[in-house]
Amino acid sequence: MAAPPRHATMLSISNGGTAQGTDRPQTQQAHQQVQTQSQSPGLRVPSNRKTIYDRHLNRSRNAELSRASFAFIFGEMVTYAQRRVTGIQDLEKRLNEQGYPLGLRLLDLLFYRSTSTSTSALTSSSSTSSSPPNRPLRIITLLHLIHGPLWRLLFGRAADALEHSVSPDTPNEYMITDNDPMVNTYISAPRDMSMLNCAAYVAGIIEGVCDGCGFETKVSAHNQPTDLWPSRTVFLVRFGSAVMEREKVLERAGVK
Amino acid sequence: MNQLASPCHYRTQLIGFIHMRRTRVDKVNAELVTLTYGTLVAQLCQDYDSNYQDVNKQLDKMGYNIGMRLIEDFLAKSGVGRCANFRETADMIAKVGFKIFLNVTPTVTNWTSDNTQFSLIFEENPLADFVELPDDGRAQDELWFSNILCGVLRGSLEMVQMQIEAHFVSDVLRGDDTTEMRVSLVRYIEDEMPPEEE
Repeated sequence: MAAPPRHATMLSISNGGTAQGTDRPQTQQAHQQVQTQSQSPGLRVPSNRKTIYDRHLNRSRNAELSRASFAFIFGEMVTYAQRRVTGIQDLEKRLNEQGYPLGLRLLDLLFYRSTSTSTSALTSSSSTSSSPPNRPLRIITLLHLIHGPLWRLLFGRAADALEHSVSPDTPNEYMITDNDPMVNTYISAPRDMSMLNCAAYVAGIIEGVCDGCGFETKVSAHNQPTDLWPSRTVFLVRFGSAVMEREKVLERAGVK
Repeated sequence: MNQLASPCHYRTQLIGFIHMRRTRVDKVNAELVTLTYGTLVAQLCQDYDSNYQDVNKQLDKMGYNIGMRLIEDFLAKSGVGRCANFRETADMIAKVGFKIFLNVTPTVTNWTSDNTQFSLIFEENPLADFVELPDDGRAQDELWFSNILCGVLRGSLEMVQMQIEAHFVSDVLRGDDTTEMRVSLVRYIEDEMPPEEE
């Protein structure tokens, strides 16, 4: 799909919908001309062509909005999710599911931007392949992508730590730490829900990024407060067995 | 339980205000906001089985909840006083409110002669950036994607004694040339003393 990887596509529930002939905007010719180019012939578009296909994807690259706006929307999202679930796990699962589609889209956005600007931060441990979009093949490269560029895109800074499980039983577990997750700044949980971590939303984003890259993963967010960082959160990334097997093969083959 | 998701928990709110008055408004990546709002609307469409009227209503309700809290944040950040009339209120909403929270300045226009109704025309709308409505033959006729904004205005103005009605009349996402919201003043809410107090 040439369309920008946004929630636009996520919203498209059925694409083979009936094309509408009625109720079109004034300028028929311009309209039809655009229609032939657009992905979905059934949708009406404004005559001034303010559609997602006509506007540059990097337009909002450095755009900023009030943090309060995010907090308000996110807060409503959590409240809404809370009304429809039965427990903390359920709620976190739901938040995770809402973050997931963002991950899929952000992944494409990251690659698009890293290739179009040539100052690629992703290629630090690049493969020998000459094709520019360096999709991570190995786990570590992928995790660096999340820890660095993804975090910077979302929160304006890198994550605080990236660790591998030391236990021999769980070689598939990695941990990404954020000392002070922005999404939790304005969330306060009641005492009986102190286990809740709304950064499950971010865990969903990570999961989306990993899945989009072809790394089957489960990601969860956990509270790990310290004296210095009361809302410190650890994102536990657990890769599937198929991923681990492939990882071994790639290691033997010397792929980086 | 209600406090759980409240973005402005009372204590952090107070601390936050002091902080905000001193420094500039805290920022966040605009794309994160856009995408978060998008995923919320998508979730509603899914939960309500693409009954877009219900989605509109739910968005409006969420906006109302936001508005009731947002007004304090607005007053603290802007430091403005009481508006003399509804025309002034409209300018305040467009030039200060939307500027602070969405970094856009919609145009205030189409006043009725009695100065109780106006339109906000949005050149830009960060909430609807990168959005394309579902091509199901209904969404473009029924869904008001940014309907949360109507609720925000309703909620926040109610907290400063104005009962209003707000709805979108056009949206570029629907193929219209402009995005326009119509706002009508219903009445000024009189200060009502609790009955038990003399």
